[in-house]
Amino acid sequence: MDSIATNQTILVVGGGIGGMTAALEAAECGKQVILVERNATLGGRTARMNRYFPKMCHPTCGLEINLRRLKGNRNVRVMTMAEVSRVAGQRGDYTVTLQLAPRYVNANCTACGDCAAAVEAEIPNPYEYGLSKMRAAYLPHAMAYPMHYVLDPSIIGTADAEKAKAACKYDAIDLGMQAETVELKAGAIVWATGWKPYDASRIQPYGYDRFANVITSLEFERLADPHGPTGGKLLRPSDGREAKNIAFIQCAGSRDENHLRHCSRICCMASLKQTHYVREAHGESGKSTIYYIDIRVIDRLEDFYQKVQQDATVSFVKSKVANIVEDKDGNPVLHGVDTEGYHRYATAHDLVVLAVGMEPETNGIKLPDDMLLDSSGFIEGSNVSLGDEGMFGAGAATSPLDVNRSVQSATAAALRAIQIVHKTSTVESK
Amino acid sequence: MSDHNQHAVAHYRNNFLREVEDRVEDGEWVKMCMQCGVCAGSCPFGPHWEHSPQKIFMMIRAGKREEVLASDSMWMCTSCYNCIVRCPRKLPITHIMHGLAHYAHRLGVAPKGQPTREVARLFWNNLARSGRVNELRFSLAMYFKDGFVQGIKNSLAMQGIGIGLMKAKRLNPMEILGGHKCRDKDGIHKMIAKAREIEERKQGFTS
Repeated sequence: MDSIATNQTILVVGGGIGGMTAALEAAECGKQVILVERNATLGGRTARMNRYFPKMCHPTCGLEINLRRLKGNRNVRVMTMAEVSRVAGQRGDYTVTLQLAPRYVNANCTACGDCAAAVEAEIPNPYEYGLSKMRAAYLPHAMAYPMHYVLDPSIIGTADAEKAKAACKYDAIDLGMQAETVELKAGAIVWATGWKPYDASRIQPYGYDRFANVITSLEFERLADPHGPTGGKLLRPSDGREAKNIAFIQCAGSRDENHLRHCSRICCMASLKQTHYVREAHGESGKSTIYYIDIRVIDRLEDFYQKVQQDATVSFVKSKVANIVEDKDGNPVLHGVDTEGYHRYATAHDLVVLAVGMEPETNGIKLPDDMLLDSSGFIEGSNVSLGDEGMFGAGAATSPLDVNRSVQSATAAALRAIQIVHKTSTVESK
Repeated sequence: MSDHNQHAVAHYRNNFLREVEDRVEDGEWVKMCMQCGVCAGSCPFGPHWEHSPQKIFMMIRAGKREEVLASDSMWMCTSCYNCIVRCPRKLPITHIMHGLAHYAHRLGVAPKGQPTREVARLFWNNLARSGRVNELRFSLAMYFKDGFVQGIKNSLAMQGIGIGLMKAKRLNPMEILGGHKCRDKDGIHKMIAKAREIEERKQGFTS
């Protein structure tokens, strides 16, 4: 592996839509790229969405295009289940240490699924945000790349692992796989480490951890997905009843000094988009209510907002909900005072969707010392004053971005990385 | 007192927000309110007063000077701090409410006969006299604040509790004669006078 990576190589950390784009843009310019992803598959959070705004197209489409580009390009080397643990050196000459976690499945895997059928142990499905369980031998999702199964480490050494091995007709299961540490060289590094949802249980008055029918916008995305845990039906978690009267609470964690200081920028659009899911599921009998401080849809997306405003099944309440209690039927009841007239309300809904804020996935992870972060932890790039400008942020790692803007940001980062390795090669050839 | 009020009106013209920023304790925070309404929804007294904190802040910005200063809302605050804890902009709402109450009182435009204001006034007068709270005199002052006949009625109604407190040695009837006080009463008075002088200067009542 060391042999393929040189100081001409661009390392891209994170295999979501941003990282894939940055890697492909650089690779299609002829640069050598290594794309490392911590999870077992590329696709990141985008793969777990139901639809994109504003065109309401399916993520499968955007990912499909990128995966095709990836498969057809010899310049990108993808490493999944690989996490960067250390970066040493400076621009044009980085030494990166990677920790590789064992997949216990090798490249012989045809994704036939026999191992999953043989295994009995079940684990919460992280790709469904824990809404459903899956067998401990699993394919992360239908769009997984590489299209290989994974054995959860919890079954290694148990009878389940042996069953999986026995069930495999292609000799693809290797229970002897070990964690590895590898080092490689890179000339420039693009950090496309993405985002994670703010932990909604920390917003105590909303009772996310106490009330079954208070869920996050990401969980709602999974409910609406035909491939999701409910087969695309909007069933509420407490009793499996169809949720028709749905509340969306904006700024759940964002724009709040007690939680995330920044505006997460996409949540307004996400909720507006999700009102479409309610309408598609229930037609005129569905009801969406958006509780907001102000609707922040950026530039052209205002059109989308105006269309939703014309939908008679969607209403808007200008108020940050103060707290939620549960009535005897398990309906969340929202309490607050609206700003347009200062009316006190206590409104019951079938289901409450918290439009949770975005925080950097890297919060809580130690990044290289010369990386500059903003006050919320988003990556600004490497510290130029320390003489190092070979590392760049890309996509939602740099600020809260939607898919479209994440791709733009990643393309920009790829260009800057290309400039760095180009300068390095020019210097060396002299 | 009303001189102060007229002077303030003349000085700040229609800019009540400026007046609050300059003269009300923590008043400079008012402009930070983004009208989300979490304070209003979180207030345990919410349904029982006319203007929620959120509404008061908007009224200040809208220059509704008389309505704000005459509002009973600031006097209804029980200092539970729910609003401060939940405010996404970290406004010290409880403190602003107390600041507004104090400012309205100082200008002489606070609501007359508002019960919490009356209690606060009696408590302060009682405390400032000797540097110690004389509970017996304070209770009696409370009972008789609405007139002699009502005072007798109140006293009779509270008789049982009073006797109970005396038996438990929690209430000394001799306190009626003046009661215990600070060793250096004059010192206390000087200290309060000095504190008031500083505060008046800060709030623009004296130059």
